[in-house]
Amino acid sequence: MESSSFIIAVPSKGRLREKAADLFERAGMALRAKGHERGYRGQLEGLDDVEVEYTSASEIVHQLKAGRVHLGITGEDLVRETLVDVDAKVEFLTPLGFGHADVVVAVPDCWLDVSRMADLEDVAAQFSRAHGRRLRVATKYLNLTRRFFAANGVAGYRIVESAGATEATPASGTAELIVDITSTGATLKANHLKILEDGLILQSQVHLLAARDGAWDARAQSLRDTIVKALSA
Amino acid sequence: MAAESAQKFEALQAQAHTLLDLFARRGYEPVAPSILQPADVFLDQIGEAVRGRTYVFTDLAGDELCLRPDLTVPVSRLYLERHPEADKVARYCYNGPTFRFQPLGASRTHPREFRQAGIECFGAVDRESADVEMVLLAVEAVRSVGLRELGLRFGDIALFHALIDALDVPERWRLKLRHYFWRPAAFHALLGRLARGERPDSEGPAAALAGTLAGATTERAEELVAAYLEQQAIPLAGSRSLSEVTERLLDHAADLRADPLPKEVATVIDYFLAVAGPPREAVDQVAMIGKGAGLDMDAALDVVLRRFDRLARDGVDLGRATFATELGRTLEYYTGLVFQIEGPGTDQTEPVAGGGRYDGLLVALGAPREVPAVGLSVHTERLLGAVERDS
Repeated sequence: MESSSFIIAVPSKGRLREKAADLFERAGMALRAKGHERGYRGQLEGLDDVEVEYTSASEIVHQLKAGRVHLGITGEDLVRETLVDVDAKVEFLTPLGFGHADVVVAVPDCWLDVSRMADLEDVAAQFSRAHGRRLRVATKYLNLTRRFFAANGVAGYRIVESAGATEATPASGTAELIVDITSTGATLKANHLKILEDGLILQSQVHLLAARDGAWDARAQSLRDTIVKALSA
Repeated sequence: MAAESAQKFEALQAQAHTLLDLFARRGYEPVAPSILQPADVFLDQIGEAVRGRTYVFTDLAGDELCLRPDLTVPVSRLYLERHPEADKVARYCYNGPTFRFQPLGASRTHPREFRQAGIECFGAVDRESADVEMVLLAVEAVRSVGLRELGLRFGDIALFHALIDALDVPERWRLKLRHYFWRPAAFHALLGRLARGERPDSEGPAAALAGTLAGATTERAEELVAAYLEQQAIPLAGSRSLSEVTERLLDHAADLRADPLPKEVATVIDYFLAVAGPPREAVDQVAMIGKGAGLDMDAALDVVLRRFDRLARDGVDLGRATFATELGRTLEYYTGLVFQIEGPGTDQTEPVAGGGRYDGLLVALGAPREVPAVGLSVHTERLLGAVERDS
């Protein structure tokens, strides 16, 4: 990283980009995209030293991990899913109050016999006796799922990676249960799925994060303090 | 990670050559199973924990593959490919790289890439002799490459099953105890719950429904559950059937009325799992625990005792050996004998060789019948290190 540029990575697409723009606007340091509106570089009004890099929410996690950017704005779910040693790589500076989503374990409504994580290991044992294979969990959160299930003593399952429409997998027969994000629960309900009583893995929202491995000279630290203060207010 | 030195590579090659030569002379045919394996097989048989220590990836055709994290499953697949009827006796030996992701970082004793040499014996119906042969060959193998000081540690999963079979408890608890054996923390919690007579949740719709099922036949119970689903407008979706849901609700109903697991029984299980010591003393201890509780475990105990007698007769020094009822509790496919060999000054978590009996694995991999199977694998880098320290 060139010592001359202080970089903050901001989501490049969709609602997260809009929400981030609102946030900086309110904080009195509006985001300005350089060149055309869909460009990938930008600036913060009033902070000429800061370079804004627009990139995808998941790429921001990798940029932070590698120390290629100083600060980043992205969801806690992605951070915890992607990094094995979260606290060694990033520092959570402040929650930003948007992008709320719960990562939850959900099973079909018709599983009347299942309400808690502890039931799942019993079901896994029964399922493998009856079907000769493991219970399948559809998710894009491989690591969060593995850690949470291990912490709850559930081992007799396997993960099926799912990039989209995860909530449809139990009905279509490609998985038995899911780990997915939900904000209102409406999608789960529409697909006849219920959240386990103790199946909340993470209450996620978008955070401002700092890279532990970045080039943190005195100037970078003072810029960081300025931005944190403005965004926390 | 530092690259291996050429000298060490040569030493490893020489050691592997000696091992394979011995295995071949004892009638084990050299085989080379694929390094790339379908990830499915491992995830289905060993479970999702494998993903935490295996290099799993998707290739350009979209197939989910892995670098083999062990060689027992690949060699078992090779046996089934050659003998789809699983009706032949076969003895195989191998030497080759194995890969483990090390979440805490790779180290000398926990490398991410190491060479495993070993043998697997399929279809030998005289299990007792095959078990003895395996341990003898394991000891001979590590000695043949220069290990002088060695520690032997034994266990036997069949003893645990014998204990559970002998208990006077409902079959549904037996199924649970057997299943949870492989998850020590959860097992302990389960035992505590059963012994405290803790009832399953007695609130909520499921409990209410379970209450109405008490005493019903399976058929009648399924009708009641189906009616409840219809009344609540809940569709029956997914691969779990109505009868599976009903079965667990009936278990639930039975648990609501069941007497707690007698405290003595929980204590017996705890005592049993704590047994560790010199082989014959440890087996005596298990026998006493069984006798004290009025449990007949004689057949399983005799197998273990005869095994030790034969090993001693064939020159294995049991003076420094240990028997522990908990050994082998981490690899779910073991069904009987488990053993490991430790070098001088090494921890029991870093054995130079280990093995055991896994009679259930081949059926799980698709064999049309149960295949007696027992094997041994040598962690060749650790063995070389132990030999170097030993000389």
